[in-house]
Amino acid sequence: MATSNDYNDIPGTTVFDAQRSRQGYWLNQFCMSLMKAENREAFKADEAGYLDRFPMTAEQKQAVLDRDWNRMIELGGNIYFTSKLGATDGKSFQHLAAAMTGMSQQEYADMMLHGGRSPEGNRSKSEWEGKQHG
Amino acid sequence: MAKIVAGVATSHVPAIGAALDTQRSSEPYWAPVFKGYERSKKWIAELKPDVVILVYNDHASAFSLELIPTFALGCAAEFEPADEGWGPRPVPTVLGHPELAWHMAQSLILDEFDMTIVNDMDVDHGLTVPLSLMFGQPTAWPVKVIPLAVNVVQYPPPTGNRCYNLGKAIRKAVESFDQDLKVVIFGTGGMSHQLQGPRAGLINKDFDTRFLDRLVTDPVGLSRLPHVEYLREAGSEGVEMVMWLIMRGAVDNQVQEVHRFYHVPASNTAVGHIILENKGAA
Repeated sequence: MATSNDYNDIPGTTVFDAQRSRQGYWLNQFCMSLMKAENREAFKADEAGYLDRFPMTAEQKQAVLDRDWNRMIELGGNIYFTSKLGATDGKSFQHLAAAMTGMSQQEYADMMLHGGRSPEGNRSKSEWEGKQHG
Repeated sequence: MAKIVAGVATSHVPAIGAALDTQRSSEPYWAPVFKGYERSKKWIAELKPDVVILVYNDHASAFSLELIPTFALGCAAEFEPADEGWGPRPVPTVLGHPELAWHMAQSLILDEFDMTIVNDMDVDHGLTVPLSLMFGQPTAWPVKVIPLAVNVVQYPPPTGNRCYNLGKAIRKAVESFDQDLKVVIFGTGGMSHQLQGPRAGLINKDFDTRFLDRLVTDPVGLSRLPHVEYLREAGSEGVEMVMWLIMRGAVDNQVQEVHRFYHVPASNTAVGHIILENKGAA
């Protein structure tokens, strides 16, 4: 049976499926290593040197150094793993979420206080065509 | 005989734990969230369950990508709060119930649910935030807890139907345990939220409200909802709600809705909470 990828039509959303998991394995395992305090210290002391301990692609390493959260997701990162990098920087989930939408943290927090992002107009990629989001 | 007397569903937003741990629960942003659980705390304090079976998901704390169990049952005597990158939450060690947990594992596996047995596992906010919401900030948790970690991080999570039927098998397992124990089952996670990508911040109150309604009155129909509906309508992380169906399967077909609470936002997430009692329960 072919695997249905019907979720690929959802705009602005990357489902962490088999392909992403394979692509992002070492990126995510690097993030996982930051669960240990001594690794957080080693990473902070020499980010590039620490990243070289993991067989990640150059693009993945650059996305980490740039703290480009959307790029990390594109390259197979999973938010529950990349958020550990955020935590290492002292950044909350909400900080990361705001950054990924292109909003300031205040704008994003205000959107949430007003009921969040509506599903209206945000269900299918066809609804996002020609629109500027974030 | 052990008996499941009630089911509780609740979101397990990490920021709720952080608000409690840093004494910010009375701030205007957080006060309405905790107010929604005041009645629940009284309810469970009066009920005094012996054991909570706590269905939750690990957020890359105990399980990395090295090992991704779909259903992992915590059979250890104790579980430490996990360091999620900020240091562990300052909450008590979670005490398990190995005898019942091992009994459940055996019963479920022979009932054709192939559980992963876990003897060493730290528990993250997915498990400790629901405990904090229901029991407050005691020096020791007043119940034994059997963690049931469900994979909802790596796609695909188990189907709603599988979760609902697992709940039914859990009930059978509990009821065949020969000690008199009062058991409550928690289903946690949700409600609508998306933490990643340009669509982050999605909240769907209509979906959440229908989900709560159908959880009470039409769980079988709800259990057939395909994953893509959760992902599209409730956000990429909203798919966590399949875990509520494990709780629902473990209580009576006809239940009494004792309490319901819904609030937006807690950080990025819609907070949903419901308590379902078996009719005629203690």
